Amino acid sequence: MSDPTEIPDAEATLAALAERMRAAVAFDAAFVGIYSGGAWIADRLATMIPGEHPVGYIDVSFYRDDYARSGLKGGAKRSELPFDVEGATIVLVDDVLYTGRSVRAAVNELFDYGRPARVELAVLVDRGGRELPVEATYCGSRLAVARGLSIVLAKDGERLRFGVESA
Amino acid sequence: MRNPQLNAQGELTHLLTLEGLPAPIIRNILDTATPFVGIAEREVKKVPLLRGKAVFNLFFENSTRTRTTFEIAAKRLSADVINLNIGASSTTKGETLLDTVDNLVAMDADIFVVRHAQSGAPHLIAAHLNAHGRSHVHVVNAGDGRHSHPTQGLLDLYTIRHYKKEFHNLTVAIVGDVLHSRVARSLIHGLTTLGTPEVRVIGPKTLLPNKVEALGVRVFHDMREGLKGCDVVVMLRLQSERMKGALLPSAGEYFKHYGLTPDKLALAKPDVIVMHPGPMNRGVEIDSAVADGDRAVILPQVTFGIAVRMAVMSIIAGN
Repeated sequence: MSDPTEIPDAEATLAALAERMRAAVAFDAAFVGIYSGGAWIADRLATMIPGEHPVGYIDVSFYRDDYARSGLKGGAKRSELPFDVEGATIVLVDDVLYTGRSVRAAVNELFDYGRPARVELAVLVDRGGRELPVEATYCGSRLAVARGLSIVLAKDGERLRFGVESA
Repeated sequence: MRNPQLNAQGELTHLLTLEGLPAPIIRNILDTATPFVGIAEREVKKVPLLRGKAVFNLFFENSTRTRTTFEIAAKRLSADVINLNIGASSTTKGETLLDTVDNLVAMDADIFVVRHAQSGAPHLIAAHLNAHGRSHVHVVNAGDGRHSHPTQGLLDLYTIRHYKKEFHNLTVAIVGDVLHSRVARSLIHGLTTLGTPEVRVIGPKTLLPNKVEALGVRVFHDMREGLKGCDVVVMLRLQSERMKGALLPSAGEYFKHYGLTPDKLALAKPDVIVMHPGPMNRGVEIDSAVADGDRAVILPQVTFGIAVRMAVMSIIAGN
């Protein structure tokens, strides 16, 4: 599906994702958002899903596998994991699951903080096109998107919105 | 001629001096250092960015502290680090600087961290690498002669930004032996590039360079006058060898006029921060009561210095 008009409403997708997680996610699971889209979603999920969910943020710039090819892009943020990763149940949260490379980088970084008991993955959209054996535990919506396009999550005030850009 | 620190795309590929370095590049280094400060607070203080790369510490002049901080920075980036104390080896056998470099490139060096008593030595190495199609090998100046010490300048800028947030409303005083200080020169360039409205230098005439005003600073010979209203005071180390010449009467006399004591510091703003590049001479340029006091940020400077060097190496090695 390459027609931008068929991109779903981000708020509705977030509600669907929260609905799926509500029944299944551990009461004390930490939500760790991958910057920047995943960080916004992690904040929102923590308010939507009952339980004690510490929120953290992770920037995978220092763990990416394309550093040798494209260097360090500006704007790396500081990862913040304000809970003990050792023995924790962690739900990694991202906006779009595509190749799986960001998730690989995020999992590697998590383990430099400690050994979690369990790591799950929640994504707003799974657009296919995987290059690594990574699957989401919880997914808001599945789409097929042409290779040359990327889905970008944006924020209008507090409202989330999807846009489409040529990659 | 192109700035030898930048590649054809205008990206930083060597770090030789802060002079002429565009503000966005300096800001990007400072911004990139912030997440590296966080790495040092973790259980595993390492990221895999420079895995498989070799960093050669080429120290033609001794400096245990600078070499150690570069070594820690490179190791936290997962690079392999090779320390070479060149003064003690090949050059004494007659090998030229560039022959030494070519040999180390043949050993697959990726980054040279160079400290040299001769101003311009790191430039010479970078120009040589660029001219011989080895622009994938990067150079970081870790102090050359009286010229430049850019990573110290950057860590000073990082420290100031950490405590003061912005540069556009600051008065910064640099006190002491500005004449022999590559630290002072680098910091002055960085501060003016980032828009600091008032940079002062304070010291006796014999320790200030001729025409230092041309760098865009205000000159004070009376320390009490110069410290009034300052947000940041940077003390420079008084190198003891300067005492032997005719530049200064005695350490005691120097301390009386230019040593930072609590009563002199009281003339600066109440939230002033006091910095020093180390190693300190207590009782010569700084009183222990100030060095150990609550306005001093001298030890945080050291910690930030590692993060800044990680940022520099990971930016240049990726360009």
